[in-house]
Amino acid sequence: MPETAQMSVIGKAQPRVDGPLKVSGGAMYASDFHFPGMLYAVPVEAAIASGKVTKLDTGAAEKLPGVRAIFHRENIGKIFRSVQGQGFEGIIDERRPPFEDDIIRYWGQYIALAVADTFESAKAAADAVRATYEKDKHNVETDLKADDEPDEVATTFAPTKRLQSERGKAENAFASAPVKFDQTYVTPTHTHNPIELQAATAIWEGSMLTIYEESQGVFNLRSVLAQMFGLPKENVRVITKFVGSGFGSKLWPWTHCALAVAAARQLGKPVKLVLSRKMMFQTAGHRPRTQQRVRLGATKEGKLVSLQHDYVNHQAILDNYHEDCDEATAFHYSVPNLRVHFGRARRNVGSPTPMRGPGAVPGLYATESAMNELADQLNIDPVRLRVLNEPKINEALGIPFSSRHLLECFKVGAEKFGWSKRNPKVGSMKSGGLTVGWGMAGCTWVAARFPAEASVQLRDDGTVRVASGTQDIGTGTYTILAQLAAEKTGIPLDKVEVALGDTSLPEGPISGGSMVTGSMVPAVYKAADQAIESLFTIATTTPGSPFEKRKATDLALEGGRVFVKADGSGKGVPFADLLRRANVRLVTGSGKSEGSFGNPKPKFSTQSFGCHFVEVTWQPEIARLRVSRVVSVIDAGRILNPLAGRNQIEGAVVMGIGMALLEHTSYDPQNGAPINSNLADYMMAVNADVPPIDVHFLDFPDKQINELGARGIGEIGLAGVAAAITAATHHATGVRVRELPITIEDLLTSSVLS
Amino acid sequence: MKTFQLTRASDSAQAIASAAKATTAQQGAEIRFIGGGTTLIDLMKLNVEQPQSLIDITRLPLDKIDALPDGGLTIGAVVRNADLAYHPLVRKNYAVLSEAILSGATAQLRNMATTAGNLLQRTRCMYFRETNMPCNKREPGTGCAAITGANRGLAILGTSEHCIATNPSDMNVAMAALEATIHVRGPKGERSIPIADFHVLPGNTPQRETVLEPGDLITHVTLPPPASGSRSLYLKLRDRASYEFALASAAVVVTVANGKVTRARIALGGVGTKPWRSTEAEGELTGQAATEAVFRKVAEAALRGAKPQSENGFKVELAKRCLVHALKLATQTA
Repeated sequence: MPETAQMSVIGKAQPRVDGPLKVSGGAMYASDFHFPGMLYAVPVEAAIASGKVTKLDTGAAEKLPGVRAIFHRENIGKIFRSVQGQGFEGIIDERRPPFEDDIIRYWGQYIALAVADTFESAKAAADAVRATYEKDKHNVETDLKADDEPDEVATTFAPTKRLQSERGKAENAFASAPVKFDQTYVTPTHTHNPIELQAATAIWEGSMLTIYEESQGVFNLRSVLAQMFGLPKENVRVITKFVGSGFGSKLWPWTHCALAVAAARQLGKPVKLVLSRKMMFQTAGHRPRTQQRVRLGATKEGKLVSLQHDYVNHQAILDNYHEDCDEATAFHYSVPNLRVHFGRARRNVGSPTPMRGPGAVPGLYATESAMNELADQLNIDPVRLRVLNEPKINEALGIPFSSRHLLECFKVGAEKFGWSKRNPKVGSMKSGGLTVGWGMAGCTWVAARFPAEASVQLRDDGTVRVASGTQDIGTGTYTILAQLAAEKTGIPLDKVEVALGDTSLPEGPISGGSMVTGSMVPAVYKAADQAIESLFTIATTTPGSPFEKRKATDLALEGGRVFVKADGSGKGVPFADLLRRANVRLVTGSGKSEGSFGNPKPKFSTQSFGCHFVEVTWQPEIARLRVSRVVSVIDAGRILNPLAGRNQIEGAVVMGIGMALLEHTSYDPQNGAPINSNLADYMMAVNADVPPIDVHFLDFPDKQINELGARGIGEIGLAGVAAAITAATHHATGVRVRELPITIEDLLTSSVLS
Repeated sequence: MKTFQLTRASDSAQAIASAAKATTAQQGAEIRFIGGGTTLIDLMKLNVEQPQSLIDITRLPLDKIDALPDGGLTIGAVVRNADLAYHPLVRKNYAVLSEAILSGATAQLRNMATTAGNLLQRTRCMYFRETNMPCNKREPGTGCAAITGANRGLAILGTSEHCIATNPSDMNVAMAALEATIHVRGPKGERSIPIADFHVLPGNTPQRETVLEPGDLITHVTLPPPASGSRSLYLKLRDRASYEFALASAAVVVTVANGKVTRARIALGGVGTKPWRSTEAEGELTGQAATEAVFRKVAEAALRGAKPQSENGFKVELAKRCLVHALKLATQTA
């Protein structure tokens, strides 16, 4: 159990401190900001997927009432390229600035921008722009064969070896293995569908640029825009007060953002640009399609002797996105011979980008499905097979895990689910007149810290302000930071003000990788310690202060009151009184913590772990399959806010149900367009699809990450869900689906007919 | 979206006279009546429909549901779908209609959508909704991209080489099984149209979906009295549990006496270019024992003319299972 006092707000279920603002409409999202004289911009989308624009007729559009300008390559002005710098600087997936040339490389690519007094006028003008094209043959083929690329390839980040990991002799060991398994798994393109559309509002004041954008990384966006518009960083301010979810689509900037900034520059007025849902499918990222071959060699008893994972993801024509499906492959199981290799295939699509659990989610779908199939092949319980192959250390790096409790996850999950009652025979289990199927899978996700800075202020009205230029993307960061500050100062949560999402604040981490909480803990704690130290200095140096004769080191702060340690907390004085007596409005502490992400020589392998047990019901008379029960057990270190934590896992499981049964973006072979680009045709799970989800946290603090032992929980919940559902589906129906999603078409082939 | 003029009709005659000036009441109409707007506004935003003038008919006195002396029901054109679905007489006598409406869309949409608007609901074919792609329904003569493209959700019954768009409505399927009559007032007076004759097959004029002419205003819909001893229900199959159009659905109204079906009305949804009444299936069922073997034959009869496309072959079997299960549920002894 945590060693902190009973009064601690850490580890307690705290409702969102920003909840009232959100439900009352008071929370300001990027598209909620309005400014005098503001104009509205609507992009014109290419209606081919490959070729070039030969003529752009803007005459009719320009004549429409309220239209201020139609921008295109000739008149948008200079937009430079952004180059990646140190850390999270200058990162962008689609590196070509908008309108840089007349070549069209994907359907929906922006070719012009209409700006008008109202949104309606701008939309009408955008629709009235006539483009003439020279069409080339596009390629949106779904079968992915790796393009001819060198052994080391460029990615959005650093160059990467296509041979991702190797030990032993995987091929030979596979060839001589007593039991062989060899299958290919496919995950389709998935489009992020946060309910808040991407939006940018840009305002220039001289050479100073302010932009309101729903960013998952305001500092990276600042550096990208500074580069694209040739400005010193300090001339750019990015503000993101609230984000209506991002799932990765808002991590790196998209081309609309530069368009809004350029239009505002050209017109000398604030410009707002909000994407349509259709544009979200075309120009704002997606999880790429993956095709993954998994080969397993094992003994008859189920010990792995060889693991090979070869995968291909699609990427855009110009950019270099790598979906690292092997995120977990090399360390998740104990296996002496392993080889992981990837390739990519260029397609006429907008650039892929990270989506919740990038790499690990499609990757673990494949490898965990393979383990489930191997278990069936060996007639071994799938939990047992995993226990047999549990590694003692991270065999890929030869270092210990900081804290790995996957076996406890299986144990707790199996007990809560009632797994021991499972009859492995297909179609054999019935409940309430339906056939039921049970399946399970494990999951893991990397844990690390990004560099983080924060400030904490103690104020003479008894309130505390904690600030960092990170973001709350709906996960509860406002609440967590309030909890951290409340914990250190002992004042109630409602007296803590939290400031986030602004590049004028201390530099905070991107809201990505499930790493904000873990990164912020040491920074906020250091800042709070420093502020408290200043407070004690004031308390011991202000004439007339009750602590005037004391040394700062004699004092302590608890429950918002300062006291002499030796006297106990009974005689404390509210810190606000001490500040007022000294005529000090506030004392400020600054905290900075180093990152551990990307450390080339780590001493420990830091990951979170977990598992999902899933039940589906099968009604063959109407070919209806539904997920009826989910138990998820997560080992993510110490959970700082179980309410927000459970919410993260539940949301991820819902997404996993969508991944297994519904979600896919289809590119029309005839024209190359993502054809189901709306929320009716791109199906996600709705409330009626969501069964009871039982989430359990193991709560083993991991002190390698931070002093509270908290790892991240944003992404891990999605990993493994689809593999558990496909296994449960096979158990119920006998239908083995290796290309997601599972469809009614697949299920109609079931021979389990009652 | 193009700019348009919106007027609010205060009496039907005036609304009809204004709308009669249009050259068509079908795809591309210059003047349109607007009820809840749940289809029309959506299509206007996509530039699929670009009327110059909208006449809001929601203030006309066409918002009542009343019992008829013969035991039937009359439903005003602008009665909201939610009000219709929850009306006590509808729930009591026409369960299939209530269930069909409640299986469609969302609570918010059902609160807006109207009876007449639902009758005129447009297809969800993705090519119809994208003006940069060919579509014979939207732009006659440009071709059908769905036949060679994404057609998983589209029709297998009543299609032509020019169009395979599905009529997406759930309400219409129930109305077809209930043999509703649609009452229209137009420039030439009033007329009553059986629902079976109201929607037309695409043939080589897929832009024409109904028999409505310029100025025709649907005033109300009547339902015949419920067949004595009948049971009715609507079964809808789809990928997810809610908020999705039918992949296949069945509306059935059946009367069973002494183990035999004495009367049957059957309509299918999600599979036809219009709400798909199947008299073949009804003929196969009437006079037969209410058994699964019979239902399977009935389903075979209903789907006999099915023409699957590249992606929707599964609908043939799915629709059969849907109908068999619906008949099973409707004939189960309580």
